[in-house]
Amino acid sequence: MFKGRHLIEPDGFTVAELEEIFRLADSIIDTPDTYSEKCKNKLLASLFYEPSTRTKFSFDAAMLRLGGQVIGFSDPNTSSAAKGETLKDTIITISNYVDIAVVRHPLEGTAKLMAKHSLVPIINAGDGGHQHPTQTLTDLLTIRYYKKTLNNHCIAVCGDLKFGRTIHSLVKAMSRYEGTKFIFVSPEELQIPSYIKEYLDPSCYEETNSLDDAIEKADVLYMSRVQRERFVSEYEYQRLKDYFILTHEKMKKAKDDMIVMHPLPRINEISDEIDTDKRAVYFQQAKFGMYVRMALILKLLGLE
Amino acid sequence: MINVSKIKKGIVIDHIEANCGYKIFSQLGLDKLDDVVVLMRNVPSRKMGIKDLIKIETDIELDFTILGLIDPNVTINYVEDGILKKKEQLTLPKMIEGILECKNPVCITKHQKIDDIKFYLVNEKTKEYRCEYCDTKTSL
Repeated sequence: MFKGRHLIEPDGFTVAELEEIFRLADSIIDTPDTYSEKCKNKLLASLFYEPSTRTKFSFDAAMLRLGGQVIGFSDPNTSSAAKGETLKDTIITISNYVDIAVVRHPLEGTAKLMAKHSLVPIINAGDGGHQHPTQTLTDLLTIRYYKKTLNNHCIAVCGDLKFGRTIHSLVKAMSRYEGTKFIFVSPEELQIPSYIKEYLDPSCYEETNSLDDAIEKADVLYMSRVQRERFVSEYEYQRLKDYFILTHEKMKKAKDDMIVMHPLPRINEISDEIDTDKRAVYFQQAKFGMYVRMALILKLLGLE
Repeated sequence: MINVSKIKKGIVIDHIEANCGYKIFSQLGLDKLDDVVVLMRNVPSRKMGIKDLIKIETDIELDFTILGLIDPNVTINYVEDGILKKKEQLTLPKMIEGILECKNPVCITKHQKIDDIKFYLVNEKTKEYRCEYCDTKTSL
């Protein structure tokens, strides 16, 4: 039963429940028109306390494509937060108006706080560097779509593995599936934290600083950007941001059916020349994000 | 050797690690009690070498959750009519509410007034707890 539940963290649902959401997403992808009026007369609150393009548009598009409507803000200065209202009071009030709410906030744990007081389902659209569960759903649906299953894949994750929230959630989520192997590709300074490795059997992962070595074995290559805001030294940022750049030359070593994913935005870690490679699926990944959010909204509203 | 007489009704907190007595005294707010309270420090102990000990002559019930955090090895002795009625060995609580504070500066609990924040035990050895909101590990 999904109706009335919240989605606050990536492991908020069981593997079986995720499969149910993905099956619904499959159906939406196949016959989107069937779902175009499912959310008629339903209202989604889009509460974005920090800037976002992709995630906000993806949720808005998801609700509108289901025939629902969206109200909200994307600048906290235009909300009652500017008058000093507590988040608790804000969500109690807003949840009296709407059927479901999406929250992004720079402070960690905000979505959980709101879920405690909300009268309607809350979807966490990112709480600082903490959780971003619908990105994880997006990633899983993308892998499942192209690879037909979520079991028995070798996933190479490359880039900023130390600070990358998306990477941490993906690793934890994929570790729940049978036969998953990880190759962590990063410079020493940006290695995956030990508290993430604690989730994994040591035989299920290897670490390297060579993208060339990893790319040959990978079924999925998940690239990530080095985030400027994580660095005190501009010099360090400049040095590390150019550490791994995926080029046409490197792709020659990859399997024919390998897929390249990226949560976007990219800076320079994937060369533009890769965009036309059939294995590059990062823009389609963004589209799957919308589909999986459509499925999630339908499930949490109890409409499917 | 200083002698402190037996209590008739109350609680004896025994086997406190030496020098932890005052911390426990403060955290339990024993300075606010009107009852007789004795804090003994550096008491010779066969088991521990030296230990601290607190005797409280009281009728009221005290919440000892915090004791498990400060010193899980202490023993709580409940005394009635001058006789030991019950001995309680403390353990680290699996979940605590309203005692710890999250150390993460970008946790929502540092910016909004939230009552009864829960912390869940993640590591008995290091006495680390996880904030229910941001998952950051913290200890007392």
